[in-house]
Amino acid sequence: MSESAPAGLRVGDHAFFEGLDAQLLREAQRLASERHFNAGDWIVRDGDPATAFFLVFHGKVALEVATAEKPHLTIQTVGPGEVLGWSWLVPPYLWRLDARALKPTQTLALDAVAFRKVLGAHPAQGFEFLERLLPIVAQRLENTQIQLLDIHGL
Amino acid sequence: MASEHFARPAPPAQVPMAPVPYEVRSQTAETDDTATLVLAPADGTHVPPARPGQFNMVYVFGVGEAAISLSGDASDSTVIVHTVRAAGRITEAIVRASAGQALGVRGPYGRGWPMDLARGKDVVLMAGGLGLPPLRPVLYEMLRHREQYGRIEVMLGARTPKDLVYYPEIQSWRHRADLRFQVTVDAAGRDWYGDVGLVTARIPDARFEPANTVAFLCGPEIMMKNSARDLEARGVPATAIWLSMERNMKCAVALCGHCQYGPDFVCRDGPVFRYREIRDRLSCREV
Repeated sequence: MSESAPAGLRVGDHAFFEGLDAQLLREAQRLASERHFNAGDWIVRDGDPATAFFLVFHGKVALEVATAEKPHLTIQTVGPGEVLGWSWLVPPYLWRLDARALKPTQTLALDAVAFRKVLGAHPAQGFEFLERLLPIVAQRLENTQIQLLDIHGL
Repeated sequence: MASEHFARPAPPAQVPMAPVPYEVRSQTAETDDTATLVLAPADGTHVPPARPGQFNMVYVFGVGEAAISLSGDASDSTVIVHTVRAAGRITEAIVRASAGQALGVRGPYGRGWPMDLARGKDVVLMAGGLGLPPLRPVLYEMLRHREQYGRIEVMLGARTPKDLVYYPEIQSWRHRADLRFQVTVDAAGRDWYGDVGLVTARIPDARFEPANTVAFLCGPEIMMKNSARDLEARGVPATAIWLSMERNMKCAVALCGHCQYGPDFVCRDGPVFRYREIRDRLSCREV
């Protein structure tokens, strides 16, 4: 994994932030740093503090859960234009799964602790942000429900 | 009417309920429980060629019959190709059938995919699990006449990588420049570098002009329901989305009522239905 100052990637160029409040974009950009991962690198680990909110620009990330029987079960992949993680918004702010780069992956990582404060200090923009994030959470919940149904195995 | 879909298919030439003898020419295992059978006429007589989306009743002598969709090239009238998953006594017997074994075939039945409505348009094919076999003849037909169609976007979902049928063929399709073929699985180990998640999650990334798109969906009903909903949300008209429904079939000629689906019989009025006409039924329990 490598880290660098925000030279190329811009928060405003990511689909998730498209059209959001300009002030919020500026704050998010201020708190963002580029983080690049090689294939196989861990991005987050289950149980670690969720201190970053990742915007994926290039590459692919596997979200994995581990059980005794299946130590590396990929339950979802996240690609360009998608975001990684909302554990940073939910106490106790710990990652609930592992995330691993499947291929070279470029992200912007927002300082989640500081960004949470920004959202709290600007409730209108914070609400707008949550309105953008909640459908992703809802979509992933629906996906999980259907995965639990094991529809292809019926 | 403008579409061949609305023309009630001509009844098979043979006596409707009498199977025609066929012989298994080859059997290829696709997954642990699924096989593809190539059938050839045993005595020179044959059933009429099926159109993409139609099905045959395949009879294992002494065991029973099952409705199986055409999964081969519809332009090849010399053989019939069926991909079957062992899901019960009859389909288990079909999957176990070996080269040289005799099977009975009657058909084809039902209304297939409205190929004529797709010409000149972008095409979205969405398949879940064994929903790919009934769509494979569509893909063969479109690739044979590639110039007649716009963008072709295929989205395939499966439970795990080992549940994917036609894997070598999928790999060749994925390498074609005139076709976009996305594969996603519900869960995977570390030997899988493709997408993981639901096939519906691929819709936002799919490339097509919604107002000029025809979509064919085949798979588990909840997958088709959610896919149709999401395609419509992207702007594909409900009249341009088609679903292949599956119900338990017995007679296949709209007499027994086993496949009744609201006011329709799936064997005669389907299995391919227009989304707009069955949308309400998809949310209706016990239909």
